[in-house]
Amino acid sequence: MSVDRDAPRSAAPSADWTADEMMTVAAARQLHDGTACFVGIGLPSTAANLARATHAPNLVLIYESGCLGAKPGRLPLSIGDGILADTADAVVPVPEVFNYWLQPGRIRTGFLGAAQLDRYGNINTTVIGSDYTAPAVRLPGAGGAPEIAASCGEVVVVARQNRRTFVDKVDFVTSVGYGDGPGARERFGLRGAGPRVVITDLGVLQPDPRTSELTLTHLHPAASVEQARAATGWPLAVAADLASTDPPTAAELTVLRALTGELP
Amino acid sequence: MAELVSLADGIAGLVGDGDVVSMEGFTHLIPFAAGHEIIRQRRRDLTLVRMTPDVIYDQMIGMGCARALVFSWGGNPGVGSLHRFRDAVENGWPVPLDLEEHSHAGMANRYVAGASGLPFAVLRGYTGTDLPRHTPNIRPVTCPFTGEVLTAVPALRPDVTVVHAQRADRAGNVQFWGISGVQKEAVLAARRSLVTVEEIVDRLDPVPGQVVLPGWAVTAVAEVPGGAHPSYAHGYSDRDNDFYVAWDGISRDRDTFTDWMERHVLMAGDRA
Repeated sequence: MSVDRDAPRSAAPSADWTADEMMTVAAARQLHDGTACFVGIGLPSTAANLARATHAPNLVLIYESGCLGAKPGRLPLSIGDGILADTADAVVPVPEVFNYWLQPGRIRTGFLGAAQLDRYGNINTTVIGSDYTAPAVRLPGAGGAPEIAASCGEVVVVARQNRRTFVDKVDFVTSVGYGDGPGARERFGLRGAGPRVVITDLGVLQPDPRTSELTLTHLHPAASVEQARAATGWPLAVAADLASTDPPTAAELTVLRALTGELP
Repeated sequence: MAELVSLADGIAGLVGDGDVVSMEGFTHLIPFAAGHEIIRQRRRDLTLVRMTPDVIYDQMIGMGCARALVFSWGGNPGVGSLHRFRDAVENGWPVPLDLEEHSHAGMANRYVAGASGLPFAVLRGYTGTDLPRHTPNIRPVTCPFTGEVLTAVPALRPDVTVVHAQRADRAGNVQFWGISGVQKEAVLAARRSLVTVEEIVDRLDPVPGQVVLPGWAVTAVAEVPGGAHPSYAHGYSDRDNDFYVAWDGISRDRDTFTDWMERHVLMAGDRA
């Protein structure tokens, strides 16, 4: 690789990253060192491994295949990738993951993606279309998500923001966010606090403490409020103190690209 | 003591048309070769049970073996959709597929109840989701001690469970390690079971505490080296990730799929 001697030197690259990279970095920053996180494959797994390789070396990654405390040196290609078992503190049967570890509330953060998401953070990964028996699109289904959303102390959601995903009403509630608003989680008897933050490729949404409605609280560099509103299927509320996300640091980008570069 | 059988004889003797069949494996140790043998023996009207129906169930559904699926997540892990599963649900091809849909926690507990000889399992799950509206096998139950309302799901009792493992001895004692999924529970919940293994050995390495299905709890064992491919057997083989990616293209189109199955499964003899 040649070096451009005239290029400006700075601690961080300028606008030299993609919206997906910004989203993954922002999601990774939501995870706290020394806590346990229930990780889904895909964007959540990428972000969780980025967090472990940067600011949260003692983040405990829990995969529903039964790997507790996995420390993969590359991104796993599936939920049951052998590298997760090879590097885990413990490998336990699947019933144990859900009954002993998730259900009693031992896991602080549930980290989920979404095919559809509504203003109350309810997630659909089951079917697109109003008729369950004759769906327009049959999605993979629930997997571990309903109980992760119910029982983890908090939920972090990561999803690309567009009108196909961010809908006024989800076609099917696979995993409960705030139901139909304040008080719903308590009525359902859900023990965890629900979705604390939603990270997208445009910004960050957080529930309004009074209405529980997801509200735009941060914009990523180069994104605009108009863009976020256009990508949202409900009238998107914007926080009065709308903030700007810190751009990815050079270190974050270097580690992220080393991780994803391993993928085929 | 388990009977040692060939794969073809094991399937012929244990899996019948209309049976409730569980083939478990959580990404790891998926009994692909056994699924291919079921396809070759043209089994029909099966109720397929599995937490994570992936490519092997996509193949069985696309070849018309199944009339119903009991599951919690149906996708190509790390890749995307299962196109034969979707075609069956969205368009009824090649035959309509009834769904009974759960979460992982629900399915895992259904197997636990089956293995425990109990009629149902209790969990804190499903509340507030739309799943109970479409799955009658999810019901509320009140704790007789605290009055708390929880969720009940009925025990799973498959007619036959098929799993893959690393090793067995000649008495049919089965050793497996790595990601162990829900295989032990699925075998103990079933009326009959077939375990395909990478190898049958005279003597198992004695490793205290290793997950072992004793031979007297298993109906039959068949030696099928590579029987998990393109899935993997920890210590024996790596997952063929390229195949999972390639399956997306093979399975999108009905004719491409059918042609691939003809060449690679139907005409392949019993060692595909």
